[in-house]
Amino acid sequence: MKVPEQVRRLALLIAILAGVTLLARFVLIPRALVSTDLHWAEAVQREVAKPVKFAGAVACQDCHEDVVVKKAKGFHKGVTCETCHGPAAKHTEEPGAVTPPAPRDRRFCPACHTYDPSRPTGFPQINPTAHNPLKPCISCHNAHDPVPPRVPRECAACHAQIERTKAVSSHALIACTTCHKAPERHKSAPRAALPSKPETREFCGTCHSAGTAAKDAPKEAPKVDLSTHGGRSLCWECHYPHLPEGRT
Amino acid sequence: MNERRAFLKGAIVFFPAGGILSALAREAAGAESAGGPPGPAPAGQPNGKKAYNPADHLYGMGIEIDKCIGCNRCAVACKAENDVPDVPFYFRTWVERYTIARDAEVLVENISLGSRKETAQDVREVLRTFFVPKLCNHCANPPCVQVCPVKATFTTADGAVIVDDKRCIGCRYCIQACPYGARYLHPKTKTADKCTFCYHRVVKGLQPACVEVCPTQARVFGDLKSKASRLVRFTRMNKIHVLKPQLNTEPKVYYAQLDGEVR
Repeated sequence: MKVPEQVRRLALLIAILAGVTLLARFVLIPRALVSTDLHWAEAVQREVAKPVKFAGAVACQDCHEDVVVKKAKGFHKGVTCETCHGPAAKHTEEPGAVTPPAPRDRRFCPACHTYDPSRPTGFPQINPTAHNPLKPCISCHNAHDPVPPRVPRECAACHAQIERTKAVSSHALIACTTCHKAPERHKSAPRAALPSKPETREFCGTCHSAGTAAKDAPKEAPKVDLSTHGGRSLCWECHYPHLPEGRT
Repeated sequence: MNERRAFLKGAIVFFPAGGILSALAREAAGAESAGGPPGPAPAGQPNGKKAYNPADHLYGMGIEIDKCIGCNRCAVACKAENDVPDVPFYFRTWVERYTIARDAEVLVENISLGSRKETAQDVREVLRTFFVPKLCNHCANPPCVQVCPVKATFTTADGAVIVDDKRCIGCRYCIQACPYGARYLHPKTKTADKCTFCYHRVVKGLQPACVEVCPTQARVFGDLKSKASRLVRFTRMNKIHVLKPQLNTEPKVYYAQLDGEVR
């Protein structure tokens, strides 16, 4: 069968065009322009090349050993230098030229230490409005070894959350020491010497039992029959003693 | 008629010839300059340390809710380290405050926004309240990567999801697709931007900036492929939950003591 001349020419033309297209796609256009993995590798390289601004926790001790040793024993041992002094990678390269700022302002420490009900219990918190107004924090506390300037007089110095909760409760007038016996050492080494906690139902019963055990207790304190109330549960398994639910 | 034929003939001969010539020139030039095979070169350590091989690592982060004090140092450090615009509402990482009221109403505030409105809530009406630090979850199965029309976002061999800002066309599709709201459109480059686990730091053996500055060690960073890393220890010693597990995104940010109300 004879293929017409026009078809042959057309076929040749199409073949050539296809060849040119393939050539352009696979040879002329550089692989870096079309290949995804090359693009990604390039992006990773760009990412890796970005400058580091925080020098890291171990960078400071070579020169500032005195501060690092001091801080390692105090309550701020988990706080790295750059948490307060800001990014210091430039300072490690040119110590003379760039000095990281030292936040001496009274507004800085409250970022962590303002009382906030969302903060975990036991974290030291203060009310910046009431706590020695206008005095910079560092005039009493050394940020590298923050111990209170004197042993706290009130439990609220550390247990602000409980103090504030209790202050609006019907237990507002009951002192912490009525229920907790705190060894003197608890004030200087809080976790080494823990205060006591009530252990029995009878302890709450000294105010709240219906019988003769609570005859000296204030009349307003709600009374229950300890033998029937609450079964074998301990009082604080249902009632929170720092904010008892009884009064609305 | 003849003119047209001559033109076509000329064209047929001219274009491929030019193409082949330039291709040959390119080949020759390429062979001289490039040398090595194409592919991701390992991010080398010049001073004699073993070269960094991404395939040996798989990074993740642990967050212990009970330790977070909501001081916002992480969000500030992240902005400093990664040149995130110092304007509220552009974040690679941020901290949320959850307040769950007695009537089961859940209030979520982004405290990194700065405008800290003192929620004058009666302490009796609050059931529980806590902080939740958030960032890109670096999902093993990331929706943002799936939807990108130009493959500008991808997962590295060591498990970080990063954006190729030269390829990103700024279509915001990934920002919509991220179930955790971890992406934003960078106002200067007009490309999508997100947490990279501080990739430039971790390949050098440093911690991400947010982990570095966290004063209470609420954030823990580590290598899941290592048998003994802080993160592996963290996931071993705590009951772990991830955000939105029902979406099957398989996040690599692990939360300890996470409340069920956290979205």
